[in-house]
Amino acid sequence: MAAFFILALGPWVFGLCKKLDLTRVVRVAAVQLLIDQRPKTQFMHTTFERKDLLGIRELSAGEIVHILDTAETFRDISRRQVKKVPTLRGRTVINLFFEPSTRTRTSFEIAAKRLSADAVNITPSNSSVSKGETLLDTARNLEAMAPDCIVIRHSMAGAPHHLARMCNAPIVNAGDGAHEHPTQALLDALTIREHKKKIEGLKVAIIGDILHSRVARSNIYLLTRLGATVSVAGPGTLVPAEFVGLVEQGLRLEKRIEDAIEGADAVIVLRIQRERQDAAFFPSMREYAIHYGLHPEHLKLAAPDAIVMHPGPINRGIEISSEIADGSTSLILDQVTNGLAVRMAVLYLLSRGSRADVDEDAESRK
Amino acid sequence: MDFVEKARIMDGPRINRALARLASEIVEENHGAGDLYLVGIRRRGVPLAERMADKIADLEGDKPPVGMLDITLYRDDLSMVGAKPVVNRTDLPGDIANRNIVLIDDVLYTGRTIRAAMDQLIDFGRPRRVQLAVLIDRGKEHREVPIQADYIGKLVPTKKSEIIKVMLKEFDEEEGVAIVERPSSETG
Repeated sequence: MAAFFILALGPWVFGLCKKLDLTRVVRVAAVQLLIDQRPKTQFMHTTFERKDLLGIRELSAGEIVHILDTAETFRDISRRQVKKVPTLRGRTVINLFFEPSTRTRTSFEIAAKRLSADAVNITPSNSSVSKGETLLDTARNLEAMAPDCIVIRHSMAGAPHHLARMCNAPIVNAGDGAHEHPTQALLDALTIREHKKKIEGLKVAIIGDILHSRVARSNIYLLTRLGATVSVAGPGTLVPAEFVGLVEQGLRLEKRIEDAIEGADAVIVLRIQRERQDAAFFPSMREYAIHYGLHPEHLKLAAPDAIVMHPGPINRGIEISSEIADGSTSLILDQVTNGLAVRMAVLYLLSRGSRADVDEDAESRK
Repeated sequence: MDFVEKARIMDGPRINRALARLASEIVEENHGAGDLYLVGIRRRGVPLAERMADKIADLEGDKPPVGMLDITLYRDDLSMVGAKPVVNRTDLPGDIANRNIVLIDDVLYTGRTIRAAMDQLIDFGRPRRVQLAVLIDRGKEHREVPIQADYIGKLVPTKKSEIIKVMLKEFDEEEGVAIVERPSSETG
């Protein structure tokens, strides 16, 4: 009897739903529910359970805040007389840098050493890569030596993701092509939070070569995820069209740097990456410096206590004037200090072993 | 998971009296509060150290400095502790060199926490002397390293299956010390 009713009435009910467009109503309500449950401004203290750190895009606000909070405590270690803790004693961290880097590679190396891990640096010029070995073969051979973490920088976007699928060791992306540079975004966020005490509600301007910049991408994902408004400005040829899709998440695209900087709490200046300029994106360095270089008068448009950051290495007199780079608003060296703390936190969070049956109150009953 | 409370061994006033006695023992043993430096081990050792410092100030007039240690980075069981230990800040104001350090924790059990705390302390300087004060000592037979307390609030011989739960108003709803135990398997 019941079956008959369903069979007979089913199509009719379905038709009615369709007529009233109920399915759409239900769909919209379900999406709304999902949006409401998404952690947006409420940053609960979650943990970081991932095997790898490949990018910011996939991280939740809670995961980002957890890394930043952990980094804050690691910052203290570098201020001590004995700048070393025994946490990762006996572990091995391999720095696999296929692109030249001083700051990031040194930062990862010192971070590993301050946690008592053994750090090994590999650069392509003195390795088997120059003999024609593929990335995967290199990684497999390294993995056979049982490293506990592999930090990789590569000119190809997605190289760390490829390794992460093929290797058991945790992989840290230290910059992949023009894609992501997660630890840079984390250290920028830590620097902003240190000086502004928050990130939510701030206005951040990112100036320069957005197209080739993994720093810009990771920063845009991170800052908008934590509730900041981000304005980017650069030559039209260097602002990728894909970013229009991020407008509803708090990204603004400006043509003039003055418009991006107006009212900004923080200004992030990007390096002109001459090594990636395979086409003529702007007429000359001189012209770039005039129209897109950051000068003291620009900062008058920003919020009164605005801070200036740059991922380094800086091209003095091109994207940033020496007056600003060496001025009191510049936090370029604070960024380097915070970078070390962030990398210690990332190595620590990724290097932890398997879970055992211990609950949160374990410390009260030692 | 719930734990069954087997016995309540201390209430708020008893904790307070035990701390008062420990404070006077510490002052007597160190000939005053002059070079004393109290270091609480996170989490529950920190409020105990603060309270102890106040009691020493009542006795001697001077309040000794109080620092706090977070031993997470010095643990020897990093790959075994699952619950993702959150690293908290270690804060030792001033200089610990040539001070008489009293490490303070709520419970002494295997001794491994104190081993880690001493390792960390030494990284900050060379104290003249390091002593240990605990509210509860679970008994020497549980020790896994050769560490004993110099000042003991209460000695509570326990079984391994039992757990000492110290509750302080800074972290918990009430004050007290209880022996609790995991419920036996038939409840599952």
